[in-house]
Amino acid sequence: MKHDKIERNVGILIILTMLAISAGGLVEIVPLFFIKETVEKVDGVRPYSPLELRGRDIYIREGCYLCHSQMIRPFRDEALRYGHYSLAAESKYDHPFQWGSKRTGPDLARVGGKYSNDWQTQHLTAPRSLVPQSVMPNYPWLSKTELDYSDIQGRMKALRVTGVPYSTSKAEFDKNVKEFGEDTAKNLHIPDAEKNLIAQAQVGNYDTNPDKLTEMDALVSYLQLLGTMVDFRKYDDDYFAKFR
Amino acid sequence: MSQDNKKVTTETTGHVWDEDLQELNNPLPRWWIWGFYITFAFALIYWLFYPAWPIANTYTKGVPGLNNVTYVATKVDGTQETKTTHWNMRSKLMVEMNELHKEQKPYFDKVAGKSFEDVSKDAELMQFVNSAGKTLFSDNCAPCHQAGGQGKVKFAPNLTDDYWQYGGTYENIQTTIVGGRHGVMPAFKAILSDAELTEVSHYVLSLSGEPHNAAAAKLGDAIFHGDKAGCYACHGVEAKGNIAMGSANLTDKIWLWPDVLGAKTPEAKLGEVKTLIYGGMDKGVMPVWETRLKPEQIKLLTVYVHDSLGGGK
Ligand code: HEC
Ligand code: HEC
Ligand code: HEC
Repeated sequence: MKHDKIERNVGILIILTMLAISAGGLVEIVPLFFIKETVEKVDGVRPYSPLELRGRDIYIREGCYLCHSQMIRPFRDEALRYGHYSLAAESKYDHPFQWGSKRTGPDLARVGGKYSNDWQTQHLTAPRSLVPQSVMPNYPWLSKTELDYSDIQGRMKALRVTGVPYSTSKAEFDKNVKEFGEDTAKNLHIPDAEKNLIAQAQVGNYDTNPDKLTEMDALVSYLQLLGTMVDFRKYDDDYFAKFR
Repeated sequence: MSQDNKKVTTETTGHVWDEDLQELNNPLPRWWIWGFYITFAFALIYWLFYPAWPIANTYTKGVPGLNNVTYVATKVDGTQETKTTHWNMRSKLMVEMNELHKEQKPYFDKVAGKSFEDVSKDAELMQFVNSAGKTLFSDNCAPCHQAGGQGKVKFAPNLTDDYWQYGGTYENIQTTIVGGRHGVMPAFKAILSDAELTEVSHYVLSLSGEPHNAAAAKLGDAIFHGDKAGCYACHGVEAKGNIAMGSANLTDKIWLWPDVLGAKTPEAKLGEVKTLIYGGMDKGVMPVWETRLKPEQIKLLTVYVHDSLGGGK
């Protein structure tokens, strides 16, 4: 009996079981890499600046994704409350993406620009001071803790490995200028990361405290960017339907 | 027990453990097998109707014409076009939004087509303004201006009172919502001495009848209207404010940044005002809404804020 051989040989059993299980995943995921329409053609999407990247890492560290999704689905109620549905293109530089699936709090995919920096800072420090019925935890340490950006270049290099076009050489920089414009390209240049990070924090003053560069600066700069990269007014309202 | 087991007559898999432990090889139940076949049939039919199989760099989109979605698209230039495509979620959403639009359009058209005053007089339309406005306000404005629009000291102004920093006409309020506002009160720590700061604070308190030292306030009056500090240039000679830049009216009992009403003692009140003048204030940011809300939604919110929150004038 053929079964007999498989069932009595643990090695073969493990390998064949794994093959059988991965078939489903492979059939669903692999083709997405080859289908042209998966990632929509759209202007404006760019990788994070060093400061925003640190903010994203703090977002992950604090586990914000456990209560907040960043994925507006193409449903009427979500369109009304959160705005345009999320595009695959909008998270193409996100590794890992923050789509999430748990919504204890509202979706954050388009929260950028919705509130002022002052609101974000105050809300993260003490959510109930602004939204009395909120169940979101207080994060008072964010505006007290100085931002550690000593390893920012390492963080960018790691993302580079996954294909995010942070530049190290002049040639790569020039390529970014062509693709994203000069201002953005400067922010993507790894050797200047610290300088750019400090400059953005000073100009933006995200934590509303100009004297200190804190984790709050980074996190708020990230939140203020969410969902703002694509200007949907430039597209017909069904433009993105043709990619599905 | 072991006696009974040996009597097994159905086919077994042939495995034997512990001398007499065997595995029966009964056929699967009929209902289960049929259920299994039905899922195959379901999948086949599904492939005909919905996007399914990847092929090279695209995928099957169902048999053309079998399961189409028809919707009205609005182009960037405002023109509309009816389109038909294969079934997909994003086109289905277009259909849902078309339907919603159809339900609400007559009302929104009325709001958009009438003057603010006429909307406000139309009781039936105001019912729509109230319900749609409440939702829009809770989703977008309440986190700052609070659920009823009563505002929050040191954070965002009260929208239910009769005082408007940036003007309380429909047009003023609409401008505020469309483009946002950012009032900047400069810091005077480098311009005025500590004594001068105290004096001008006494003067500010005197303007709205708060407890103050009259002699100090008199000196403060001169500072307020002098050119070194130049308070009058922004707040006006009568200190009634200027709605073009949102410089506050200092003669009323309404305070946004110094918590004068909340402070219990005269010293605390003075401290609140002095701190503000010393350090200035640039946190008052009312976000821009024209990029998030549609013009007709903003117009509706304007009426809601002006009429329904009860603060318009
Ligand atoms: C226990 C679940 C929970 C966690 C963890 C959590 N939040 Fe929230 N969050 C909420 C809830 C509930 C709300 C809605 C009430 C409110 O505004 O406070 C909210 C609201 C928000 C909003 C306002 C969204 C809007 O559109 O009004 C932002 C921004 C936000 N959270 C950011 C964060 C960030 C950043 C973190 C991590 C540092 C975080 N949250 C962690 C539950 C959570
Ligand atoms: C991030 C917090 C925030 C949000 C969200 C917000 N506002 Fe404001 N709003 C403010 C602040 C702060 C001011 C005062 C600005 C200043 O001091 O210069 C203000 C001012 C205003 C004013 C002018 C008040 C006056 O006295 O002239 C109006 C009207 C107003 N907001 C309406 C709205 C509406 C309607 C919404 C929702 C679409 C909204 N606001 C959302 C913070 C906010
Ligand atoms: C460049 C213009 C400008 C000058 C000069 C100026 N102010 Fe102001 N002031 C403002 C603006 C604008 C606000 C409102 C800020 C806001 O709400 O965001 C304000 C707010 C205030 C407030 C708070 C009112 C409230 O209800 O919260 C006080 C008090 C005040 N100013 C006093 C003074 C005094 C005293 C001086 C002179 C020493 C002065 N200001 C000079 C523009 C100015």
